[in-house]
Amino acid sequence: MGDLLQISNLTKRFGGLAAVNDVSFSVPEHGIVGLIGPNGAGKTTIFNLITGVYAATSGTILFNGQSIVGLEPYRIADKGITRTFQNIRLFKNLSVFDNVLTACHRSAQYNLLESALRLPRYRKEEKNLHAKAEELLSIMGISQWRDLEADNLPYGLQRRLEIVRALALDPKLLLLDEPAAGMNPDETEQLMSLIARLRDEFNLTILVIEHHMDLIMGICEKIVVLNFGVKLAEGTADTVSNNPLVIEAYLGKTEAS
Amino acid sequence: MLAGINLIAVLGLSLLTGFTGLFSFGHAGFMAIGAYVGALMTVSPTTTPSGLGLPFFVGIIAGGAAAGLAGYLIGRITLNLKGDYFCIATLGFGEAIRLILNNVQIFGGSRGWPGIPYKSSLPAILIADVVAVVVLWNIVHSRQGRNMIAVREEELAAQVTGINVFGSKMTALVISAVYAGVAGVFFAHYMTFLQPKMFAMSKSTELTIIVIFGGLGSISGSVLGALLLTALPEVLRAFDIWRLVVYGAAVIIIMISRPKGLMGGVELTPSGIRKVRAERKARQIAKASILATDDASDGVGGEA
Repeated sequence: MGDLLQISNLTKRFGGLAAVNDVSFSVPEHGIVGLIGPNGAGKTTIFNLITGVYAATSGTILFNGQSIVGLEPYRIADKGITRTFQNIRLFKNLSVFDNVLTACHRSAQYNLLESALRLPRYRKEEKNLHAKAEELLSIMGISQWRDLEADNLPYGLQRRLEIVRALALDPKLLLLDEPAAGMNPDETEQLMSLIARLRDEFNLTILVIEHHMDLIMGICEKIVVLNFGVKLAEGTADTVSNNPLVIEAYLGKTEAS
Repeated sequence: MLAGINLIAVLGLSLLTGFTGLFSFGHAGFMAIGAYVGALMTVSPTTTPSGLGLPFFVGIIAGGAAAGLAGYLIGRITLNLKGDYFCIATLGFGEAIRLILNNVQIFGGSRGWPGIPYKSSLPAILIADVVAVVVLWNIVHSRQGRNMIAVREEELAAQVTGINVFGSKMTALVISAVYAGVAGVFFAHYMTFLQPKMFAMSKSTELTIIVIFGGLGSISGSVLGALLLTALPEVLRAFDIWRLVVYGAAVIIIMISRPKGLMGGVELTPSGIRKVRAERKARQIAKASILATDDASDGVGGEA
């Protein structure tokens, strides 16, 4: 299977600071890849670069073989890349259902005039959008919360809703930014099986940032380790966790040696 | 009558401020453009040499289109500005339009422009109001409208959800400007006299106050707000010189007791009421089930 996402020599500078420095790695199609590293290693910056929130200083990002550097974020989303956020960003005052319904917008084609006058195509497609949103909610098991304001959802479900909202775009590549943050071991385990299930059911490729090592080690086929914006190591869970550079980054140097 | 005219402008501003989250203090400028262009179409050449003497509906279309075009041009320049800066830019725009009109002598400059035909009859205004409400309602309940709301709620999340944030803001601004322009045309043909002073910043502020008073993100709130706040100063004539003080006090009291405005995101329609009910019920269920899971996990803890 080919690589869905190829990042080469990616660099992002904020003034004199290189938040991401000459990083290259790839994400195979239908794979689950983990991105780990200490705080400030540049993980979220890489997500922001992939989704077009930041403009790269140099380097290339190929998605499906096409360069996506310099595209507007919404165009990148159109191509099939979407994400969740480390600090949850839902449409807080909207109901759970409306959050998902809003995100379904790409599945309809009707234009503004058709909306304003409620022409037949508006009615037909709007019906499909509603059906799609309902279906997503029920697949992900949050139908019972559909009328609740997103802000009032329990924390774990807010994270789940963010994933559902991302799925509403029919993405090919899903970027998860610390999906297990603040979850207890039980919830983390549920999340792990959910991520694996999503990949198969929605035919997704997943790139995940996480600090919970058991989650990363458990489901990722490949792990990329960053520190201070530089790639330290890349490989399977075993090779990465035995890499001396990685151990040093997480545990520090041994003084005696 | 004036309430019905104000309502059109308020509805437009409501889309921009209430649903898209952009504050504008320059909507009187769009109204002015609509009013002057509309009047130019209908004024008979005998009273004003540049007048075209065309029917009223041509004036409405031309006034709305001119204001929409102005909105588009202003949007191109200013919509990349964040929050407060956009607001200041619109304020500057509104004032600029007024000052330009002050100096355009073919429209009488600051002395004013008399002789505009009286066309804004009550039925005409009512029809326009109904059309304005229905169209706005439809837009808000479409994918385009939902995208605007998403932009208001969380811009970054909207972007990665594939929403063209700039485009959504632009659409909202242009529609909003067209509404203000059409309101301007009706205003011109109600007053039969135009003066740049009528479109000063206080007019823009008045519109914004009405939208906030009625409640951001609520069409029925904007309707109520426009009716109440346009009528209130007239009702308060009994207070003589104190009436504007009482008016101000009334607005302040409402805003303190209902910080989200009269309606605040809620619609006064059967489906709107159903939605509030559903939300309330959902919240109860949520509370109950969270308590239940807490109990359950306590139980497990006890056994262990």
